[in-house]
Amino acid sequence: MGEIVFQKPKSLCDVPLHYCPGCTHGIVHRLVAEAIDELGIEGKTIGVASVGCSVFTYNYFECDMVQAAHGRAPAVATGVKRSDPSKIVFTYQGDGDLASIGTAETVHSAARNENITIIFINNAIYGMTGGQMAPTSLPGQVTQTSPYGRDVNTVGYPVRICEMLSQLEGPSYLERVAVNNVKNVKAAKKAIKKAFQNQVEGKGFSLIEVVSTCPTNWGKTPEKAMEWLEENMLPYYPLGVYKDKYADKEGK
Amino acid sequence: MNKVTFNTDLCKGCGLCVAACPKKILRMSETVINAKGHHPAEMVDQSQCIACAFCATMCPDCVITVERG
Amino acid sequence: MADKVLMKGNEAIAEAAIMAGCRFYFGYPITPQTEVAAYMAKRMPKIGGTFLQAESEIAAINMCIGVASTGKRVMTSSSSPGISLKEEGISYMAGCDLPALIVNVERGGPGLGGIQPSQSDYFQATRGGGHGDYHLFVVAPASVQEMVSLTAHAFNVAEKYRVPAMLLADGTLGQMMEPVSIEGITVEDHDKSWALTGTNCERKHNIINSLSLLPEELEQWNIERYKRYATIEENEPMWEEYMMDDADVCVVAFGIASRVSRNAIKAARAQGVKVGMIRPITLWPFPKKPLLAAADKVKSFVTVELNMGQMVEDVELATRCKRPILMANRVGGCIPTPEQVLEQILAANKLGGEQ
Repeated sequence: MGEIVFQKPKSLCDVPLHYCPGCTHGIVHRLVAEAIDELGIEGKTIGVASVGCSVFTYNYFECDMVQAAHGRAPAVATGVKRSDPSKIVFTYQGDGDLASIGTAETVHSAARNENITIIFINNAIYGMTGGQMAPTSLPGQVTQTSPYGRDVNTVGYPVRICEMLSQLEGPSYLERVAVNNVKNVKAAKKAIKKAFQNQVEGKGFSLIEVVSTCPTNWGKTPEKAMEWLEENMLPYYPLGVYKDKYADKEGK
Repeated sequence: MNKVTFNTDLCKGCGLCVAACPKKILRMSETVINAKGHHPAEMVDQSQCIACAFCATMCPDCVITVERG
Repeated sequence: MADKVLMKGNEAIAEAAIMAGCRFYFGYPITPQTEVAAYMAKRMPKIGGTFLQAESEIAAINMCIGVASTGKRVMTSSSSPGISLKEEGISYMAGCDLPALIVNVERGGPGLGGIQPSQSDYFQATRGGGHGDYHLFVVAPASVQEMVSLTAHAFNVAEKYRVPAMLLADGTLGQMMEPVSIEGITVEDHDKSWALTGTNCERKHNIINSLSLLPEELEQWNIERYKRYATIEENEPMWEEYMMDDADVCVVAFGIASRVSRNAIKAARAQGVKVGMIRPITLWPFPKKPLLAAADKVKSFVTVELNMGQMVEDVELATRCKRPILMANRVGGCIPTPEQVLEQILAANKLGGEQ
């Protein structure tokens, strides 16, 4: 028996994920579970599931979980965290949830610098309901509810959450990552782990935006979806650290 | 020898592991159909594996375990 | 005799909640209940509790869901339009079987309505209020002292049955000052093994959730919940009977309307009319048994309400329409006068006499 260099993290439940083939939710779930494992916080972590494709995350993480209404996960997480600040509290939300119906909860939990960790999946579409236009759908993007392409003159422009939140005094750490290739997945892992580590250290609000794919509703193969992400989403949603209060303070 | 094992029944046949493999030694099976009804990923030439775990890194379903031997 | 202090209704609710072990309050300003929040803002930091002014009513109720998930006592308060906003979260609370206390100091509606007292959220409170099949345990105090005792009681019942509870008051009671005693509050200890406290890697994870895509499973959840509701209906109705022993006419009124009715009943008695009152203290469960029993004794009923006729439907159901029912009501922030109620009592007495 050789040295195991890669296996399923133990904070991820031993059940099949319901996601479509090639959906990157699975990758991000694994990264979150790896971060929880590596920080040794499984026993004191409480997760908040959202509404959308990721609604069933309560079945996938071994830690205690609560399922929130559409967009309300940061408010629920606020309650959980205030109830017991020694717990590690995270939300896992999609773009419709976090950037549309839950914009107020997102902005104000960030403004309060609530000591929670938010994992934000941006795949530019509503997955669970079958491919409608999201607040992050790209200009011209064809979806079920923008069949002629997103017309910015009538429905406005996609929302860049990291850029928007970075204008607030409150949040500690905002980074946008992607999971379209091995290099980016590794960077995403690092960012997610840091977002949890920050909370352990009491540093406050961390949000990691993960630019992701939705092969099914984009109408592409998983591999082509990765290419589409790189060619279309990354120019509009540039990767990088948008705010890191502590690094700035330490002059890093 | 380095070893890649597949929890085959969890595989959804997305092919992201095949695309990620730098040694091009993975493929989607053309003959096997797993419990979910997908053609799962399989190893073509284990001896070429460098245990980089790129395949497992890109796998959305934790199908793959990688051992360095 | 316990020491009494002079307190405003809204502040009495807040202090009673604290005495009942509630250390978490989330709210949003709205007249006429803002004193609850203001009181909590002052008190909570001094006793190691949490007061947080949320960005919205919706966020406030969801913060309550967060605390309730961890098994701790939590409350929010608002007034009618704010409660409508909270209804999404209240439905989730019911669906997740989470105990919490929601205070509604009602004002006139619909829409933005006014800021004067009302009882027009009766249907909303007693029928659940949000989407789906559910009930809240609903208490309706008629005095500042009852605001204290019922706040504490509501927390206990909510935890006992794992249901959200609502204290339904109105702008008059919220603003009214009366001497009260804030003593003798008992905090019951109920099972919290369902709570999210972290697995400590020693148990299977707890999940707080209202979602099931399997129809048969979701049906079973509803059936199980309704079994608990049946137990609540059996064990928890509360009411007060006033001068009912020889009554020919039965007034039915809760909250501020019952106080007006009391004066009218005294005036009617002075005229020789045998009238009494059944005052529901719990609005859900509604005190059906005493009303049905009264229907076999009295000639007629009069409901007194600050709405266009909501509780009257429950009285009709409870009495199985055995006797005629009249109503004395005002809306929009107006309160029925004792004279108006007396008029209906006299009419009901006459009506009953004709049968």
